[in-house]
Amino acid sequence: MIEDKQPVAALEVRGLWAGYDRTPVLEGVSLTVSPGEIVGVIGPNGSGKSTLFKAVLGLIKPWQGETLIFGRSNKNQRASVGYMPQVELVDWNFPVTASDVALMGRYGRLGLFRRPSRMDREAAEEALLKVGLADVRHRLIGELSGGQRRRVLLARALASHPALLLLDEPMAGLDATAQHQLIDILHDLRDEGRTVVMSTHDLSCVSTACDHACCLHGKVIAFGRPEEVLTEKVLSDTFGTHLLTVHLDGKAYAYQHHQHPEPQEKQARRRRP
Amino acid sequence: MDFITEPFDFAFMQRAFIAAGFAAIACAVVGTYVVLKGLAFMGDAIAHSSLTGMAAAFVLGGSAFLGALAWVVPASLAITYISRRGRLMMDTSIGIIYAGGLALGIIIISRVSNYTADLFSFLFGNVLAVSWGEIIGIGVVAAVVIATVFIFYKELLFTAYDETMAAASGVPVRLVQYMLPLLLGVTTVAAVKTVGIVLVLALLVIPAATGILLVRRFLAIMGVSVATAIVTTVVGLYLSFHLDLPSGPAIVLVAVGLFAVAMTVSPSSGILRRGLASDARQRPFEVS
Repeated sequence: MIEDKQPVAALEVRGLWAGYDRTPVLEGVSLTVSPGEIVGVIGPNGSGKSTLFKAVLGLIKPWQGETLIFGRSNKNQRASVGYMPQVELVDWNFPVTASDVALMGRYGRLGLFRRPSRMDREAAEEALLKVGLADVRHRLIGELSGGQRRRVLLARALASHPALLLLDEPMAGLDATAQHQLIDILHDLRDEGRTVVMSTHDLSCVSTACDHACCLHGKVIAFGRPEEVLTEKVLSDTFGTHLLTVHLDGKAYAYQHHQHPEPQEKQARRRRP
Repeated sequence: MDFITEPFDFAFMQRAFIAAGFAAIACAVVGTYVVLKGLAFMGDAIAHSSLTGMAAAFVLGGSAFLGALAWVVPASLAITYISRRGRLMMDTSIGIIYAGGLALGIIIISRVSNYTADLFSFLFGNVLAVSWGEIIGIGVVAAVVIATVFIFYKELLFTAYDETMAAASGVPVRLVQYMLPLLLGVTTVAAVKTVGIVLVLALLVIPAATGILLVRRFLAIMGVSVATAIVTTVVGLYLSFHLDLPSGPAIVLVAVGLFAVAMTVSPSSGILRRGLASDARQRPFEVS
């Protein structure tokens, strides 16, 4: 399924500057992700996580710098990148089923004027099977649970058999069971040789699920194994607040003191119909 | 039996059925996107701005239909263009086209003395006076609209569902961003003769809204929307003929009536179902 497995980086970002109007969001981001890894990008709101993803996808034009996907410019590599947007930005009342959404993952590679073939339908079904949604594939997306919604977006991203996956906040607002379910799927994908880059606010999720952590705040503050990177110094440089890190079983766990996440969580819950 | 066949004894009624039918089908197809994407204001605006084209054609002695068509193409494209270039909200650029086109149209038509009768027929439609030439125009527009929706089905669907994901997948989103207002624009022109500038909105939103209440999937919604639109125009024209009602408003009121029925019996949000805990859309989430 994955065509080239050369020792080239799955994703290489070099000196990337990007922003909106005249305000820079990314100020010289450089980053190398090896194939077959899960990388967690962490940083506070506005630190440039989504902007970085959009620049990699070619959805916004960077001011400077370049992005290579498997050694080639990102302009002609859309088919090899699977993207999962933040769940809040998706219209869950749109009258399509899980199957329809997974099939949309094939549309880009089909090009204009061509209808999905049996092969495209099979790829979509296979992606739904992989994320454990085969039995709800005929349900409207609005009828899916929070965890299922996340997985249907993942199935859409997987349907084109991308070698690199960019997941924007896949864990946000999920309960522990649903998070673990998603992490298991991501580990399966990694074992197939796929590369996963995901943004998250959840530091413990990076500690437990990711091979590398990338601390982002306009630029890369630190990149490395979670237990090396998630130190008090790096995290306070990234988040600008004091964080307590606890090292346990060789993993780092971080606790935020000064931020109160509950109101935001409640908001997210309220937004679900 | 006379009740059914009598209108067909009159050539003007035959023409009215054909013209209104074509217009309603095109509106019902495009209306599905309008309702799902919240583009009602855009449809209303393009219809109103088309007065400029109709007025100019009227003053110059040309066909109001072709004048409107010639006007809505740049006007529709301008909506997306202004909003993109000026980084303005879509409804802001829609407002500019709406008011600008309407104002210019009124200025142009006011150059003709005794213009109120003609203005009235532009605003409220006069399908009973439709000519064969106009029917051909309406038919061609409807055919082009339906063919475009068919050919670009997957691009329109994906972009309507989620622009960002569609763009990330390599779907030419920019193309669709210009195509949808254009489709909407030419569709309103096809419908203006039937219900008039002021009531085009009804044919765009009411059949599709009826579809959303009755069925759940995208294509089914479009299908019910088309069926509703056809029933609406036929019944509306019968009522107009037998009760001597103005045709456009009669059609619109039938549409509203069908919508009210759908609202009552809808399986998802119907008034009759309220209280029964069978509402799928509001079913509490199961543990996944």
